[in-house]
Amino acid sequence: MTAYTATVTVRLKHGVLDPEAETTQKALERLGFELGDLRSADRFEIDLEAADSDEAAERAGEMADRLLANPTIHDYDVTVETAE
Amino acid sequence: MTVSVIRFGGSNCDRDAVRALDALGVDAEIVWHEDGLPADATGVVLPGGFSYGDYLRAGAMAANSPIMDDVRDLAADGVPVLGVCNGAQIGCESKLTPGAFTTNASARFQCEHVNVCVENADTPFTAAYDEGDVLTLPIAHGEGRFEIGAERYDDLVSEDRVLFRYCDEDGELSDDANPNGSTGAVAGVLGERDSVAVLMPHPERATLPELGLTDGQGILRAFA
Repeated sequence: MTAYTATVTVRLKHGVLDPEAETTQKALERLGFELGDLRSADRFEIDLEAADSDEAAERAGEMADRLLANPTIHDYDVTVETAE
Repeated sequence: MTVSVIRFGGSNCDRDAVRALDALGVDAEIVWHEDGLPADATGVVLPGGFSYGDYLRAGAMAANSPIMDDVRDLAADGVPVLGVCNGAQIGCESKLTPGAFTTNASARFQCEHVNVCVENADTPFTAAYDEGDVLTLPIAHGEGRFEIGAERYDDLVSEDRVLFRYCDEDGELSDDANPNGSTGAVAGVLGERDSVAVLMPHPERATLPELGLTDGQGILRAFA
C-alpha cells in the first residue's frame, strides 16, 4: 500500500448560475481589479492508502459521487499524487 | 397513528410542525434521527432548519444519515413523506425527490411571504385545493433555487410532478414573482409517487390561525 493524496475539485456545471461567484466578482471589481470572469469551486484533499494511484482515484471518485458532489448541479475531477 | 417529525442536529422547525399538525388533529411526535423511525409511523416530516450547519451543501449530511433508509422504506410503502425547506433540500439530496435546491439567485437569505399556485391538485398534499389555486406561504431560505437539467425538467413537467410554482397574487408566473430564480419557478416537487413531496415554503408556519396565515393547512392535511 502506498500513501496518496487525492484532490477532488467540485464545480458547478457549465450554465448553472453561480450567485456567490458573481457577488465575489463584483466585490473584486469594487476594489478596482479588472477581470473577465470568475468561477468558484470546492476543493477536497483526501489522504488515503491504496495499492496504486488508479485505486486511489477510483475511491476518491466514489466519495465525490456519493457525497462531495451533487450530480444534478456539479461536475468534478480527481487528481492523485503520492503523499509527501 | 403518529406522524414522525425527524429532528436532526440543527433542525429548528420540528416543534412548529408538531404544533401545526396537532392543531389539525393529527398526532405527531419528534423523533431524534439517531433513534430511527418507529415502524408504525403513519407519516414523516423532514422539517426546516440548518441540519449539520448546512456543511458541504444544505441537506447533504442529513440525506446520508441512517434514518433516511427508514424514510425510503416507509415512502416505498406509500406512507406520506413531506420535506419542508431544509427538509426539501434533504429530500432532493437523498434522491427521494428530483432536482436540487441551491443558492438563491439573489445570493441572499430571503425571509418573506410568497404566492404559489397549485400545479397538481391530485396528491395527498394538495387534495384540499383546486389546480390553479393561489396560496400565500412564508419562505425563509438562502438555498432555495430549484435546479434540474433541461431534459429532466421536461420529464418532471410531462410526468405532472411539479406540485407548486411561485406566482403573483393572480396566479401569473413572472421573474418578479420568482423569489429565488428557481427553474420553472418550481417551489415544490413530487417524488416517484405522489405521497412523497418537498417544498421550500413553510406550510407549518401558515396553519395556526393566530399566526395570520392559514393557507398551508391543506398541505398538512395529507397526514390527517
